Amino acid sequence: MIGSPAMSINPKTLPRPTPETRHFWEGAKLGELRLQQCDACTHVYFPPRPFCPECASRQVSVVRASGRATLYSYVINHRLPKWIDAPYAIAVVQLEEGPRMMTNILGVPQTPEALVLDMPLEVVFESVSADIALPKFRPARGGAR
Amino acid sequence: MKPGAVAIVGAAETTRLGLVPDMSQIQLHADAALNALADCGLTPKDIDGVACAAEWPTELAHYLGITPTWVDGTMVGGCSFMLHVRHAAAAIAEGLCTTVLITDGESGRSWVGSQAVGINQASLAGQFELPYGVLGAPTMFTIPVLRYMKDHGLTHEQLANVAVVQREWAGMNPRATHRDPITVQDVLDSKLIAYPFHVLECCLVTDGGGALVLTSAERAKDFPTRPVYILGTGESVETPMISQMQDFTSSRAFRVSGAKAFAEAGITHADVDHLMIYDAFAHLPIYGLEDLGFVGKGEAGAFIWERHTAPGGKLPMNTNGGGLSYMHSGMYGMYALQESVRQLRGIAPAQVAGAKTSVCHGVGGMFGASGTIIMGNALP
Repeated sequence: MIGSPAMSINPKTLPRPTPETRHFWEGAKLGELRLQQCDACTHVYFPPRPFCPECASRQVSVVRASGRATLYSYVINHRLPKWIDAPYAIAVVQLEEGPRMMTNILGVPQTPEALVLDMPLEVVFESVSADIALPKFRPARGGAR
Repeated sequence: MKPGAVAIVGAAETTRLGLVPDMSQIQLHADAALNALADCGLTPKDIDGVACAAEWPTELAHYLGITPTWVDGTMVGGCSFMLHVRHAAAAIAEGLCTTVLITDGESGRSWVGSQAVGINQASLAGQFELPYGVLGAPTMFTIPVLRYMKDHGLTHEQLANVAVVQREWAGMNPRATHRDPITVQDVLDSKLIAYPFHVLECCLVTDGGGALVLTSAERAKDFPTRPVYILGTGESVETPMISQMQDFTSSRAFRVSGAKAFAEAGITHADVDHLMIYDAFAHLPIYGLEDLGFVGKGEAGAFIWERHTAPGGKLPMNTNGGGLSYMHSGMYGMYALQESVRQLRGIAPAQVAGAKTSVCHGVGGMFGASGTIIMGNALP
């Protein structure tokens, strides 16, 4: 992808799913960004846990997010690890449903000029191992989900 | 807790700071401890309470030959020592112990006898942050600042200026790692670490340690040192994940901890003569000044630019040079506490004339935790 950071993956930085997060990683493999919503108070939250962090109800559902987000904040890392060969942005995006998550931004030069706060983004999934696809974001083309 | 019930009677740093490759981490704790005990005329046998971070209290007590009746191994990052002071003050006031030793020591640069702690790949941070190329504090602690800059109009020059002003203080301190004056342009021209942060906006990486001895205010009168009374304390935690910080322009842990300490001390901001705000990176004093209530939202960058925290200003801040220029072994909170004590004893290299009340505010993790200690050199 043009302007994407050349980010090969260090196996020591791969997520190790737990029983409480497995639904998220299973969804990611299928190309779905999964959040959770409280059945009692309707709060939508991330990262995963089997109860509502707002009201503590254990009655929660897995919901599919739209994949639409905006760029909330970021840094561009210039102190590169051995397995990455060019500066790259570590970003936090604001999901349409409310929660925020850390990610990388693809399809755009990793520069302050190209990475403009509040720009609209959409989720894409990057397969990094047999079991793991990482949700990443690119400038919105209007189609998410 | 009653303001002034407990006092710091012994305080010292390691004999040497900066590059100390001939001492292991536990020995840095011991070196600082022996210096602090000598400072107040005690020996390890006089200590019945121990608290530390970076090492276990078990390790420390055994190494120094202490038989404690109270221990605290609270470890929430760099402000752990503020929490130790708070917990120790409560323990002494409650009679759980009489004389507490708090130590820090880190071979942060030489890595002698210390162990790197990685992120657990199964933790939430391990699953939802680590895969995105985060590489230590410079790539995480810094993430919120672009949001702050957009929302509040903080400029790159104002951010750089935090390091410039602290270098002025460091220039007056013979023990500071960096003492040569720098300009805003020097900072902006220095190596980019994680945009928008340059190397001069990031803390040092050094070896060293510090220790404190606390006892009741009543006993403090019998010590050779000038007592520094604990007037108010606060602590809190928010999140181990920078991406999940509620508000990228303000720290909840700072607000909760700071408000608690001010309420307990029963003082106002106008009563504060001296301020320490843990500066692992240049944005922290900006968040701290606002979240502690010294200035309004979005005003801190201009406040520092107008030299209110600089030498000669109305609110002298980070007068040792801070983590940016004095020293930072990984968990800087202990060094901030040491400088507050020196200022209130009247023996600081860059002494604030007549300082009576000092606020010392620490951060732990990456906006993950906070501890605030308000001290005074007179009983309220």
